[in-house]
Amino acid sequence: MIHTLGPILREHPFFHGMEEQYIQLIAGCSLNVRFNAGDAIFHEGDPADHFYLIRAGLVSVQFVVPHRGLTTIMTVGSGEVLGWSWLFPPYRWHFDARAQQPTHGLAFDGKCLRGKCDEDHDLGYEIYKRFTQVITERLESTRLQLLDLYGNHA
Amino acid sequence: MTEPLQVGSTVVFEQQHLEELLRALVARGYEVLGPTLREGAIVYDRLTSTQDLPAGWTDEQAGGKYRLKRREDGAFFGYVVGPHSWKKFLYPPIQRLWQATRNGKGVRILPEERKAPPKYAFIGVRACELHAIAVQDKVFLEGQFVDPNYKLRREGLFLVAVNCVQAGGNCFCASMSTGPKATSGYDLALTELVQDGQHRFLAEVGTAHGAEVLSAVPLQQAENADKQLAERLLEQTARRMGRKLDTRGIKELLYRNYEHPQWDAVTERCLSCANCTMVCPTCFCSTVEDVTDLTGAHPERRRRWDSCFTVDFSYIHGGSVRATPRSRYRQWMTHKLATWIDQFGVSGCVGCGRCITWCPVGIDITAEAEVIRASDTVKAPTQPEQGFA
Amino acid sequence: MLEQPEVVTAGLISDPMLPTPYRIQRVKQETDDTFTLELLPEDSDRGFFFAPGQFNMLYVFGVGEVPISISSDPDDAPLLKHTTRVVGTVTKAMRQLKRGDTIGIRGPFGTHWPVEEAAGRDVVIVAGGIGLAPLRPALYQLMADREKYRKIVLLYGTRTPEDMLYRQELERWRGKFDLEIQVTVDRAASTWRGNVGVVTTMIPRAPFDPSNTLAMICGPEVMMRFTVMELLKRGAAPERTFLSAERNMKCGIGFCGHCQYGPTFICKDGPVFTYARIASILGRSEV
Repeated sequence: MIHTLGPILREHPFFHGMEEQYIQLIAGCSLNVRFNAGDAIFHEGDPADHFYLIRAGLVSVQFVVPHRGLTTIMTVGSGEVLGWSWLFPPYRWHFDARAQQPTHGLAFDGKCLRGKCDEDHDLGYEIYKRFTQVITERLESTRLQLLDLYGNHA
Repeated sequence: MTEPLQVGSTVVFEQQHLEELLRALVARGYEVLGPTLREGAIVYDRLTSTQDLPAGWTDEQAGGKYRLKRREDGAFFGYVVGPHSWKKFLYPPIQRLWQATRNGKGVRILPEERKAPPKYAFIGVRACELHAIAVQDKVFLEGQFVDPNYKLRREGLFLVAVNCVQAGGNCFCASMSTGPKATSGYDLALTELVQDGQHRFLAEVGTAHGAEVLSAVPLQQAENADKQLAERLLEQTARRMGRKLDTRGIKELLYRNYEHPQWDAVTERCLSCANCTMVCPTCFCSTVEDVTDLTGAHPERRRRWDSCFTVDFSYIHGGSVRATPRSRYRQWMTHKLATWIDQFGVSGCVGCGRCITWCPVGIDITAEAEVIRASDTVKAPTQPEQGFA
Repeated sequence: MLEQPEVVTAGLISDPMLPTPYRIQRVKQETDDTFTLELLPEDSDRGFFFAPGQFNMLYVFGVGEVPISISSDPDDAPLLKHTTRVVGTVTKAMRQLKRGDTIGIRGPFGTHWPVEEAAGRDVVIVAGGIGLAPLRPALYQLMADREKYRKIVLLYGTRTPEDMLYRQELERWRGKFDLEIQVTVDRAASTWRGNVGVVTTMIPRAPFDPSNTLAMICGPEVMMRFTVMELLKRGAAPERTFLSAERNMKCGIGFCGHCQYGPTFICKDGPVFTYARIASILGRSEV
């Protein structure tokens, strides 16, 4: 069965080089989602059974910090992947995500994909390989943020 | 002497006529500067007559060591170089750049009047020092900007070179191809010949101006024997250098070895005292001082010698780039022997050995380079490292 | 010899160590620690010509002198604008000056952004923090001849939204010209609705063709290093990627030796360098 969302996945850099059968499989676990500006996408502590590919808009990764309120530590925009908490136990979100602008993208059924990765390790390898890259890129950016390069350190 | 002097002429005069050479310079309005004995060292200062020269003295130099000793032959120039270099005259340690006056909200700047610049005659410039002057010419005259003070002093300069007929304990001009023979850049070049009861000077004319001044001195023809003696003495000097430096590929060698462990080793000894930069005839780093009187109405700006060994030499935005002595020693040596070549087309080192003599702990730039070369941690690539044009 | 930007200097200075008096027209507070001085020469017949990326040595009488990039429009010269942070004695004294006070100017010195070389290409400008100040003159020049260039993208990162420079101007440009501006901050309160994250995260998806792009980068050294990395990952050419480096200076004219950066003097071989030229010293500790 050729899934209608297949072409969208295929053109996205995240899925480059992935075998067609896996693209179809993953497309089968995906659906279009839409958020209005200000909508919460998920909350810290919620079960993490999805990940998202943002196609347009902007999503804030936020923490509720006492005395500081809702603090955004990074944003995820068009073309970027949101969420890896679905990969590792306890499969719960570690932060809040909120749409800053009207946002649409694809949501992927992580719970279903977890099962399929357990069955087919080649699929697992393809998924984890790509997510590892996303995680390292985010870690590197976070490190640069930590350095507070624009701060006056005189 | 029947033949008129011209550029390239070689003649001889007796030692007692050296005095007439000095007088001829004074008569032509020169301030005569040269070696003289002071506080246990041979330094450069005003000469009123040949009596001021350290005749009958020689120096013994080693790492961190300088001693004067008597010599029997009464030679006027029987030593090599001391703690001073000629840069103290061409590029003074403290120089006022301008003054200003402030009135109400306005400020008026008064540039230093370029009244008749001092006309200097340097007596006793060694071959390595001629090269050092040429190196500083590249910095101050041949770049995008010209230092007007240096230019005026340099233009009026009369240079009497002296060929070294003995090598110093820390000398390595032969390695740097800067001596011992003076080959160019002088008005006159003298070689002192003291042998078999004779004491005379072989004089080579470098410029028309040199010829004119020298013709005030009673001259004799230079015999082949004189010329050969001079040549032999110079060859001997070249063979008896106190030190040597292998300069083959030295730029790339140092560029490859920014992280060589020898930098840590030399840091154990280096005091960051900056002596080496002060005595080095090519070091040119400076800083500016802005001073004003208590009213704030008379600001003044001065340039002062500085050294890359000072902790805040590279200070920017709350910290120094070269905060450790290791990085500062590395900067100095890499600049002198490597990056200088990329900057000015020649090495910054002329092999005079002063930095070795005047280092309180006797750090030897030639020894440091040798250690790095011997344990070059990276094999030479066929091309210089990327990024250094 | 690798190609480097051509040097341009004003022809009116005879002694390059002599400052020219300029009068302060305006002191504008940009952010809590950053301000801009607007200056005109005291001698109204005096001209001034500079290229984007060049700097002047600014002298506060009786206090001292610092190098600061020119951040005004080259077409407005001899009007000069200098944006700087208060980081030391001289800049602190400078901040106390008022309209009508005199300041000494020497310059312009240094190499410039190769705006002419960008003709027919996409232009990517990546600015971090106060790094936008030396890039603004280049933006003015690009906007003045907009049709000469293909896509122009400005990626600008600051610490917080309050630290952004020239906001109104950027908004105006964004509205008026075909100029893509993306801004991001390292940290923000929940009232900020824009991007949060380091400026390098905007490079992978920025709309430019790396095979025909000229990049100009200015900001803290670490930010420039990582920016170059991301640009090269996308296939930008090292010889068409330009950075502006910084060191302390006492003279600005190649004599004092303080601004040496490896084999280069930042005052005359820089501050604008191709990445290709400084690749092997960029990021090397204590050079």
